[in-house]
Amino acid sequence: MNTVVFIEIRAGEPTPGSLGLIAKARQLAPSVAAVVCGPGAETVAAGLGAYGVATAWACSDERLNGDLTQPFLDALAHVVRSAGDDALVLFENSALTADVAGGLAARLEAGINWDLQDVYLREGGLQGRRFALNDSMAVDVAWTTPVRLAVFRIGLLEPVDDPVVGSVSAFAPSFSTYGLSVAVVERLAGAESGAELRTAQVIVAAGRGIKDQASLSLIEELAEALGGAVGVSLPIVDRGWYPAGSQVGQTGTIVKPRLYVACGISGALQHRVGMDRSEVIVAINTDPDAPIFSLCDAGVIGDLHTVVPELTRLVRAGRAT
Amino acid sequence: MPRIVVAVKPVPRAATPARFDPGSLRLDRTGPSELNQPDEHAIEEALLLRDKVGGEIVAIAVTPTTGIESLRTALAMGVDRAVAVSDPVLEGSDLLATSRVLAAAVMRESPDVVIFGSQATDGAGAMLWAAVAERLEMPVLSSARNLELVQGRLRAIVQRADGSRVVDAPTPCIVALSGAVNSPRYPAFKGIVAAKKQQIPVLTAADLAIGPDAVGAAGSGTAVLSLTSAPARAVVAELVTDEGQGAEWLYNFIRKRVAL
Ligand SMILES: Cc1cc2nc3c(=O)[nH]c(=O)nc-3n(C[C@H](O)[C@H](O)[C@H](O)COP(=O)(O)OP(=O)(O)OC[C@H]3O[C@@H](n4cnc5c(N)ncnc54)[C@H](O)[C@@H]3O)c2cc1C
Ligand SMILES: Nc1ncnc2c1ncn2[C@@H]1O[C@H](COP(=O)(O)O)[C@@H](O)[C@H]1O
Repeated sequence: MNTVVFIEIRAGEPTPGSLGLIAKARQLAPSVAAVVCGPGAETVAAGLGAYGVATAWACSDERLNGDLTQPFLDALAHVVRSAGDDALVLFENSALTADVAGGLAARLEAGINWDLQDVYLREGGLQGRRFALNDSMAVDVAWTTPVRLAVFRIGLLEPVDDPVVGSVSAFAPSFSTYGLSVAVVERLAGAESGAELRTAQVIVAAGRGIKDQASLSLIEELAEALGGAVGVSLPIVDRGWYPAGSQVGQTGTIVKPRLYVACGISGALQHRVGMDRSEVIVAINTDPDAPIFSLCDAGVIGDLHTVVPELTRLVRAGRAT
Repeated sequence: MPRIVVAVKPVPRAATPARFDPGSLRLDRTGPSELNQPDEHAIEEALLLRDKVGGEIVAIAVTPTTGIESLRTALAMGVDRAVAVSDPVLEGSDLLATSRVLAAAVMRESPDVVIFGSQATDGAGAMLWAAVAERLEMPVLSSARNLELVQGRLRAIVQRADGSRVVDAPTPCIVALSGAVNSPRYPAFKGIVAAKKQQIPVLTAADLAIGPDAVGAAGSGTAVLSLTSAPARAVVAELVTDEGQGAEWLYNFIRKRVAL
């Protein structure tokens, strides 16, 4: 089996989860290939031997700068086609890989399983495991096509040091015209990087339970009192109330603070994967059946607009004594 | 006049707990269904475009027969026509097979814009649009909001990992919304009554010139082997209902567990 790992670059660095795929691929076959795309790809590719990549394919074409998703599909298809008929391609889920993996499945007629927790060889074949129905059921899955795509749940895998002698091969795919036909008119300003969230020890996060934009000051005040940062769920970004750099989750930032305070957040899967490895999780939500309550350590069933300001007052008072 | 297609998915009604069918190892879809909630935002976005530039909106669903009635919600909201693709041979279709069928059904309408919701709430992967776009060789805008049609081009804000961008695509193109990007309108009484009377044509795979080998389990690239109950989480949350003491209780919990 030929395994190909898709390494995603963010802010010039490979994402930890995509590096973590390499160790997973090494359990299936000793020789692992990786694909790295975008500006700086060759530098990132040169560092992949340290994690166990034998052949790193690098394409630093400017058109892979992350504005458009379809050119990544062209790049990946180029490498996977050369990897032979029985390739297994591993991805960590993200907004980019959803487009790339979904498109690649159609182009290569390759079966695709997603939200995977694990893949392994059993009875001579490749199988995978994922969870369903709010993680209450485990589902064992297989592939029926020669080329197979495996998309892992985000935030599960960690890089593993496993040095091998690796080589870098630059490549130049041909890009499909339809994929390149989208023009970027403007890049919107805003603190979009998520860097503050990644290092925060405490995160106070607001979701759709917040009644209006002005009430976000309640969240900001608690974050300030706790010496932490503000996070938000996707709907808050969609409303234009907070920049995307503050979004926690699959298409935002993956965070692991010592304390995560979820206010008016239901705990949907794509939010959960971004924060469920926080050390301590507490939640405030009016709905006793909200999924967040089955994932937190402590929860208050109540209105965040009354509980949060009172909590802020207590934290401030505690500080003062 | 632009023609806008909205891809909508009937899903098991949220009020009835979802379950797997132990025989087929697939989600049980025999009960009452409703429109996938994120797709109501896709319909609303299409209606907003039509309000501004006119045109026609067609909702398309690939669905078991039990889901066809939920297309009336789309009609009641103001969609001009609804088309169902429903055929026993489609049962067990995964992303590869479903994208084949949906791509063919979309093409029949020669759309200018095809709008998808952000995800199917019944456990799908939020990537069907990418497969359909690839089959139709169309550009795709995902995580999109603020759609506008300007002189035959589609403009939108898309969110990428490192920030948002305003982008401009030629038509025809495929758009997948970021999520709850608008407030879906409530169907007016008149709309509900009219929707009840409207015909919903039902197409088979053969109508789309798709053979039985290209759909269902035979046309799929994946298989479900088994289902088991997942292990329960080790930690059980401590919960209290706020009756004025909630904040203090939480404060004490945090103080005990986290060195601030
Ligand atoms: C491909 C994809 C990627 C995604 N990526 C992300 C991501 O990165 N991050 C993310 O967050 N989401 C993401 N989502 C969206 C995700 O699926 C959910 O829709 C989202 O997380 C829900 O946000 P929420 O919890 O704020 O809102 P809701 O689910 O609407 O929950 C709001 C909660 O607030 C509670 N509430 C209401 N009023 C009050 C009150 N007064 N006091 C206290 N509680 C109250 C309600 O009981 C409810 O539980 C993604 C979706 C898709 C399809
Ligand atoms: N069977 C279907 N028929 C029509 N549209 C669908 C179907 N399944 C999914 N969609 C569309 O694809 C979007 C993403 O679904 P998914 O990739 O399955 O999570 C949904 O919001 C719908 O717009």
